[in-house]
Amino acid sequence: MEIKSCVKIRKEWDIVSARQMGREMAKELGFGTVDQARIATAISELARNIYLYAEDGQIDYEVITEVNRRGIKITAHDNGPGIEDLGRVMEDGYSTSGGLGAGLPGVKRLMNHFDLQSEPGKGTTVTAIKWVR
Amino acid sequence: MEPFRMDVNKYKEMLQKYLYTKDENALYQAGQFSKQTMRHNILPEEIINIHIQSLKEIYPDLPPTIDDSLNFLLETMISYGLAYQEFISLREKQTELESEIAVAASMQQTLLSTKKPNVPGLDIGSISVPAHQMNGDYYHFVKDRHQNIGIAIADVIGKGVPAALAMSMIKYSLDSLPETMRNPSQVLQSLNRVVERNVTASMFITMFYGWYQYETCTLHYASAGHEPGYYYSAKDDRFYEMKTKGLVLGVSDEANYEQVKVQLEKNDTIILFTDGVTECRVGERFLEIEEVLEVIKAHMHLPAQEAVDKVFRHFERLQDFQLRDDFTLIILKKQVS
Ligand SMILES: Nc1ncnc2c1ncn2[C@@H]1O[C@H](COP(=O)(O)OP(=O)(O)OP(=O)(O)O)[C@@H](O)[C@H]1O
Ligand SMILES: [Mg+2]
Repeated sequence: MEIKSCVKIRKEWDIVSARQMGREMAKELGFGTVDQARIATAISELARNIYLYAEDGQIDYEVITEVNRRGIKITAHDNGPGIEDLGRVMEDGYSTSGGLGAGLPGVKRLMNHFDLQSEPGKGTTVTAIKWVR
Repeated sequence: MEPFRMDVNKYKEMLQKYLYTKDENALYQAGQFSKQTMRHNILPEEIINIHIQSLKEIYPDLPPTIDDSLNFLLETMISYGLAYQEFISLREKQTELESEIAVAASMQQTLLSTKKPNVPGLDIGSISVPAHQMNGDYYHFVKDRHQNIGIAIADVIGKGVPAALAMSMIKYSLDSLPETMRNPSQVLQSLNRVVERNVTASMFITMFYGWYQYETCTLHYASAGHEPGYYYSAKDDRFYEMKTKGLVLGVSDEANYEQVKVQLEKNDTIILFTDGVTECRVGERFLEIEEVLEVIKAHMHLPAQEAVDKVFRHFERLQDFQLRDDFTLIILKKQVS
């Protein structure tokens, strides 16, 4: 069984839809309130980045099932300007918000698995997974 | 650390006790609980979560609006939780950096160590104490087989690791000067070129270089913008500033250094230092040079090493044991003529 859905990000309002979609899926999967809030926040950060830096992109949602665990996989994808220095953006304190824990390092902390791929001029793909506890 | 599971029942008990008794003891327990959760890196949203769960168990008919509002609160805590995690990882990084610097500081100490020369009729005392871990001051002695000695004292404008790196360079340049080069103004000229070529324009090094001739009991010296030393004449019972002209190292590769000499008689004393000594601040005020010299004079009758140690202790105490700048002091006392 594989459930997939997606939300396109073009307007700021789409960030809210993206959060909501993630939260509903998380709830159905049996995530607790705290993890639902964390997943929504992670999606929020990724969608905001698409909205701010790439202008156009999408968030994909996927339920993944392994032998002994289930989780949600979030993929944020865009064809925007890409990120030049991946090491820098993953450093604490680098984000424009002045390192108050949010941004991409925050997404990494909120989720169990995090992967960032980006090519300058081509686009960015962030993948993040959280398992049901 | 063993994994810590937040105990909902324990929290519920504490909360229940507080709601019924409103007593201070329950609040004290809450304080202890919060310390324990912090020790185990429990995030604020998780605490709010067990608060909600406990409340629902204590009041099964909790109005949904209360429940919703607490969920709202939980949501607002997520960023605080992230900031807290970031704080923890930055603190770990800081500890790492600090231990790296401690290693560098002890390496620096080994690298820059110098042996105080033993010259008949000359009593030498020296001390150099960094304000922080790394020392931006430096002094160095060399002695040739005729008992002549070279004395260098230098100060990097700037502190910490960059200053220490610049100092290591100075030390190796000094070491690699030919033995025949003993003329202070020549030594400074040569170092000036090294600094000019190798150090960023924003870093300046001041330096005093002296060459003491054993046979003639004469100190020849030159200075690259360094804090002037003082010559104490026992016969006159007064201090003379050791005036000499010369630019700070590294500013211009054309710099020239005026060389001056002073003849030492019995009990005459040479005092060399860095601005960590002369710019010693007491409260809001800098000490006047006269006050500094007075303190030094009061200790000059002692063996030179004991004198510099005691002078340091004196100024350290004056500054409440918190040096604001690296402190280096050298005393050379002529004993028999
Ligand atoms: N999808 C993207 N496309 C292009 N650049 C991006 C993208 N996402 C992030 N970036 C770049 O990476 C940087 C870091 O992003 P991150 O989300 O960590 O912090 P931020 O957006 O600057 O601040 P905030 O803490 O408010 O999120 C951004 O400033 C931006 O330059
Ligand atoms: Mg961002």
